Amino acid sequence: MVFYRGHLLICGGTGCVSSGCKDVIIAFQEELRKKKLDEEIKIVETGCHGFCEKGPLVIVYPEGVMYCRVEVKDVQEIVGEHLMKGRPVSRLFFTEPLSLDKVPKYQEIDFYRKQQRIALRNCGYIDPENFNEYLARGGYAALEKMLSEMTPEEVTNAVKAAGLRGRGGGGFSTGTKWEFCAKAAGTKKYIICNADEGDPGAFMDRSLLEGDPHNILEGMMIAAYAIGANEGYLYIRAEYPLAIKRIQTAISQAEELGLLGKNILGSNFSLTLKIKEGAGAFVCGEETALIASIEGERGIPRSRPPFPAVKGLFGKPTVINNVETLANVPQIILYGADKFAAVGTERSKGTKVFALTGKLRNTGLVEVPMGITMREIIYEIGGGTFEGKKFKAVQIGGPSGGCLPENKLDLPIDYDSLIQAGAMMGSGGLVVMDDESCIVDVARYFLSFTRSESCGKCTPCREGTMRLLEILERICAGQGVPGDIAKMEKLAYSIKASALCGLGQTAPNPILSTLLHFRHEYEAHINDKKCPAGVCQALFYYRIDDHTCVGCTVCAKICPVGAISGERKQAHQLDMVKCIKCGVCVERCPFHAIVKE
Amino acid sequence: MNKLLTMEDLRALRKDALGEMTARQTCDIQVIVGMGTCGIAAGAREVVTELLKELQRRNIKNVSVTKTGCIGMCEREVLLDVVRPNEDRVTYGRVVPRDVSRIVGEHIVNGRVVEGLVVGRITS
Repeated sequence: MVFYRGHLLICGGTGCVSSGCKDVIIAFQEELRKKKLDEEIKIVETGCHGFCEKGPLVIVYPEGVMYCRVEVKDVQEIVGEHLMKGRPVSRLFFTEPLSLDKVPKYQEIDFYRKQQRIALRNCGYIDPENFNEYLARGGYAALEKMLSEMTPEEVTNAVKAAGLRGRGGGGFSTGTKWEFCAKAAGTKKYIICNADEGDPGAFMDRSLLEGDPHNILEGMMIAAYAIGANEGYLYIRAEYPLAIKRIQTAISQAEELGLLGKNILGSNFSLTLKIKEGAGAFVCGEETALIASIEGERGIPRSRPPFPAVKGLFGKPTVINNVETLANVPQIILYGADKFAAVGTERSKGTKVFALTGKLRNTGLVEVPMGITMREIIYEIGGGTFEGKKFKAVQIGGPSGGCLPENKLDLPIDYDSLIQAGAMMGSGGLVVMDDESCIVDVARYFLSFTRSESCGKCTPCREGTMRLLEILERICAGQGVPGDIAKMEKLAYSIKASALCGLGQTAPNPILSTLLHFRHEYEAHINDKKCPAGVCQALFYYRIDDHTCVGCTVCAKICPVGAISGERKQAHQLDMVKCIKCGVCVERCPFHAIVKE
Repeated sequence: MNKLLTMEDLRALRKDALGEMTARQTCDIQVIVGMGTCGIAAGAREVVTELLKELQRRNIKNVSVTKTGCIGMCEREVLLDVVRPNEDRVTYGRVVPRDVSRIVGEHIVNGRVVEGLVVGRITS
C-alpha cells in the first residue's frame, strides 16, 4: 500500500458531472503526473456533497480546504500553488453570501456548519465504489453487531424505540411496519427499497444511492433480518443511471465478499438483492403501484387493506422502505435507539434531508435535525433571499405538500406540525419563493404535474385533477369568475376524501394550502384581473413611458415580433396586439423606460 | 477479494481499510515542510519524498504531512517543522534527505528532539 500524503476529493455526483467534473479529474491526473506528485496525492472521486450549485467541488485533505466551481484552467494553479507549495488558492474559496468572507475550510462554511449529517454522513467523504472506504467509516459494523448479538425482535424494537418514521413522505413508524410484516403469516417475505424518487426538485435519494450505496444495502440487510426476508428489490427509476451503476457495483462487491448470499458471515441469515429499474412513472412511488410494477403489471395502485406488510409482492408479506429511511437504520443499530432519539422533536426523531431550491443564495442538499425552524434553514443555511427581494412563501413536500407564508417561518418542522399548518413533509423538497413568484401559478404548476402523472384508475383523481387544473388555468388567463374558489374547495375536499391512493388524496394540497394562506392572491386574479407578482401573462401588459424613453432604438431592434416602432431620438410605441410579453425589451432597455402594469 | 466467512474476517478487513483513510483526518502529529521557491530549490521535494517513504517503511499512520510557503528564513531551507500534541513546535533547518530517518525515529516516534538540527522553537 502506498502512503499518500494527501487526498484530493473530487465530487462525482450527477450535479458535478454535468458541470464538468470528469474533465477536471482528468486534468488533475495529468497535472499531478507532470509534477511527479501522483505518488504523494491520491485522487478520490466521491458522491454528492449536496452543494451542487457550487460544483464541481474539490476538497483537499488533510487540510480540509474546499474549492468551488473548479474548472480545467484552475487545475494547474491548485496543483502548483497548493499541493506543491502549500499555498491554498484563495480565489476559489467559498464566499459567504452575507458577510462576503472567503472561507477556506469545508467544515466552517455556514451551509455545512449548521447541518447535522447522519444519513448523509459519508456522502462526499468516501469513494462510493471503494468498499474499503465504507468499511473504514464503520460500515457493516451494524450488521456484525446485529448478527452476533441481536434477535430479529430486538432489531425491530430498537428501530421502534428510536422513533424512526418513513422519510418518503407518509411518516409511518418504520419499526411498527416491520413488526406487522414479521408477525404476518408465511415464510417467504420480501424487503423493497423504494428509490422511485419523483418529486420535482427532490434528489436526496439519488445522492444517497450515488454517494453511499453500501449504507443503503446495509440498511436493507438489517430490515430483511428483522422481518425474516431472504430476498429483496431496489426499485430505482431508470432516470438515475449513475445511482443504478453504483448500487450494482456495491451489490457485486457485497456478493463477492459474501455479505450477500447464503449464510452471511457464518450466520443463518441469507439474502439476495436485485435491482428493478422503474420506467419513470410518478405513481410507482406509491407502494402498491410499485409492487405491481415489479410483478410486471401496469404500475397502478390497488386499494388497501390488505397492506403490503400482510400481502405484498407476489402475494407475500413485504416491507417497502424509502432510501433515506434505510440510510438511518445502520446508525440506530450501531449506536442504539437512545442516541438516535436524542435528536429531533417529541414525535419526530432524528434528522431530515431537505432539497433546498428556489430563490435563495445557497441551494443544495441539507440534513438538519427535526424541530429546526424554517427560518434557520432558509436564512442561516440557505443564506436568505437575493438582494432586494422579499420572501413570500416556501413550498414544502412537492406536489403533495403546500405553501407556508412568512408568519409560519418560526414553526418547528416535524411531520405533525407541517400537517397542522396545511403542508406535509413529503420527500423533503423545499422551494423558496420571493415576491416575483405567483402563488396561483405555482398551484397550477403542481396540479399540471399531478394531472399528467395520474394513472387514471380512479375517477376522483383522473377527472378531479383535470377539472381543478382547468379552473386554475382559467384564473391565470384572467377568465376567473366569482365562485371559482368555492367550486375548487368543494372539488378538492371530495378528491381528498375519495381518491384511491396517496397521489390522488394529496393532489389538491397545493391548492388548499395556498387558499388557506394566500386567498387574497386568488381574489386579485379573479376579481381585479391582476397578478400581483406579474407572472400570469394574460394579466399584465407593458407600456413605454414617453418621458423616460430617449429613442435609442435598442428595444425595437431586439423585439422578436416587431411590436415596437418609432423614430430615432423619439419616444417609441409598443403595439400590444403584436406583443407576446416575452420581457426582452424590459431587460435590455438602458433607461428603464418600459414598465409592467 | 477473499470471501468474508466470519465476523473476524470483516473486522480484520476493516482494520486494514482504516489505514487508507488517515490522510483525510488531521492527525495528532503534524509535519510541515517549507515549499516556497527557496525550499524547492534547496531540495524540499526530495525531503518530502524521503519522509513519505520513511513513514511507510515504519508503518506510521498518525502523522499528517502538509506543506507551507516561504517563511522568510530562506537561507536555512529546507525547513521542516514537527508539531506534537502539547509540545513545542520545533523547526529544523537545512534538512537533507538523510536526516529524515533520524527526525522520524527520534522525534516523531520517541519524542526526543534532534537538537543538532534545530533552528527554532515555538512554545506551545
